[in-house]
Amino acid sequence: MEPASVRVFSLRKILTGAGFLPFIVRRLLTAVVLILGMTFIAFSVTQLVPGDPVAANLGQSAYSDPEIVAAFKKEFGLDQPVYIQYVTYVGNLLQGDLGTSLSSKRPVTEDLKEYFPATLEIAMFAVFVALFLGILLGTISAMTRDRLPDQIIRVFSLTGVSMPVFWTAITAFYIFFFVLGWAPGTGRLEPGAEPPPNVTGLFTIDALLDGDFSTSRQALSYLLLPALVLAVYALGVITRFTRASVLEILGNDYVRSARAKGLSEFTVIRRHVLRPALLSIITIAGVAFASLLAGSVLVENVFSWPGLGQYAYRAAVGLDLPGIMGVSMIVATVFILMNLVVDILYRVIDPQMRDAG
Amino acid sequence: MSDLKVARKGMVKNSNSIWRQPLAIFGIAIVGMWIILAVFAPWIAPYDPYSQEFDKFVPPSAAHWMGTDELNRDVLSRVIYGARISLPYALLLVILSALIGSTIGAISGYFGGKVDSVIMRITDIFFAFPGIILAMAVAAALGPEIRNAVIAVTIVAWPVYARLVRSLILNAKQNDYVTASSLLGSSSLRTLLVDLRPNISGPVFVLAALEVGTALLLLSGLSFLGLGAQPPSAEWGAMVSMGAVNFDRWWVGLFPGLAILTAVLAFNFIGDTLRDALDPRTAKALRD
Repeated sequence: MEPASVRVFSLRKILTGAGFLPFIVRRLLTAVVLILGMTFIAFSVTQLVPGDPVAANLGQSAYSDPEIVAAFKKEFGLDQPVYIQYVTYVGNLLQGDLGTSLSSKRPVTEDLKEYFPATLEIAMFAVFVALFLGILLGTISAMTRDRLPDQIIRVFSLTGVSMPVFWTAITAFYIFFFVLGWAPGTGRLEPGAEPPPNVTGLFTIDALLDGDFSTSRQALSYLLLPALVLAVYALGVITRFTRASVLEILGNDYVRSARAKGLSEFTVIRRHVLRPALLSIITIAGVAFASLLAGSVLVENVFSWPGLGQYAYRAAVGLDLPGIMGVSMIVATVFILMNLVVDILYRVIDPQMRDAG
Repeated sequence: MSDLKVARKGMVKNSNSIWRQPLAIFGIAIVGMWIILAVFAPWIAPYDPYSQEFDKFVPPSAAHWMGTDELNRDVLSRVIYGARISLPYALLLVILSALIGSTIGAISGYFGGKVDSVIMRITDIFFAFPGIILAMAVAAALGPEIRNAVIAVTIVAWPVYARLVRSLILNAKQNDYVTASSLLGSSSLRTLLVDLRPNISGPVFVLAALEVGTALLLLSGLSFLGLGAQPPSAEWGAMVSMGAVNFDRWWVGLFPGLAILTAVLAFNFIGDTLRDALDPRTAKALRD
């Protein structure tokens, strides 16, 4: 039998074909239910544990003044019973309103618009680096199973996932900034530098769109180190996963028949092994990407990178439920979207999946 | 490589015990070293980890192999004593989440139906939740303390076990001896504990071994952020955070970080080898 994944059908036929629309609708509904479930869990968990958001956000002297406390509670609806708070929150959420952050006193959507692109910029860079190197190393590792290259790559990739990312960040900063002087300092641009006009929020791209090459280069030099630190972890994950997927596929009959046909090893790997393996690798890259968004909490802390991770930290410390929910929802949405894209790809590549739904 | 050769290699590998795997031996040796250091810390550590009798920021030297920190304390002694904090709490965290997760997964898999779908939807939600964010929120709400950090991470760590145990039980339930046992009048609890448990304890143990590393990383990460162990505690993550503040004194943060790295790596070596020793299908369930 020919591997299912080699027969690629026309994308248009699948997107318009029967069963596709119900599939998408069902998936989107599941996503909505998932996100509503998250709000419920976040509300319950934060209600179950002690902790006073008022105390966390007001200074000592303001907190001792009952009038200020009452005004603060009223402003953020904290004077209402919990279930009313929850219903109000979900009602607003369904209209696209994520509420007002207790810690920044601004609408959460505004905050996310500001912080998300900064994290997206380093996370995307990290995933691309990790995907490229990870697929390469993972394939080499599987091809040379149990021999020296495999052993070395396995130890390296395992080390990659075992490094505490905050420590990697500090060590990298010490070496490349303090000792070698290759990396610029912390932040996204030189202190006092004017950020490029906001289009995508990604400084490197926005500066290019503005025709400002020196700012773009500067932004790139600032993002390189935090992004590479993030990539170390993802690289370990993707290398290990690629190795496992390739090993699994190498055991299939069709790989043996491809070899028996006299195809070169390179062709066998490229066409009959990597292509089927690619789907599962994309799946794990999606998961890795979502986990990078969360993992950036620690890296951003070290590099004073003004992204989602720093925002999440402030929200968590301030017991700022709308802020925490906002960040969680963005990460979860990315996670769900990645999975959806992968599922659509599966249906494109594997006809059997289309009937299975 | 021919399939025959692959197959033969596989067989040889399965007949090997864990003691013939170099990475596993290395892992066991390192974990053993940390356990000895933790247990015998008062005799092994050269100084009192909380004593501030030395000079500030002394670089590594014969008297202080790992230098001294911002409060004039001996870093080596603190790293050794740190094993007494970081390792037991990480193990506690893994045991707690394995127990809670396995119980929930067993209920879900055994009873099936509505119970199963409700429980599985809840685990889905927890999976979609970015773990560290929920953990940070819970740790902040409970108050920064290492015990609370353990609770916070347990809340986000149990679903992996629930999912694994559920799928193992669904598989094991199909065995004839399970049906026979229920027909003979065994109670649900008895079927779960006597007939099904042997099928799941192995893989759960392997997953737990793999998760010790993750637990250590998350716990020390929370301490690094100031949401776990508090100063002057000699917890490794908290020590690295002092190294971040004084990053130009490399020895303050480097050594506690290496301690985390070696411990996590050792547990991952062991967990990885154990997983490879399992049968391939269970190993795949563990990976997904």
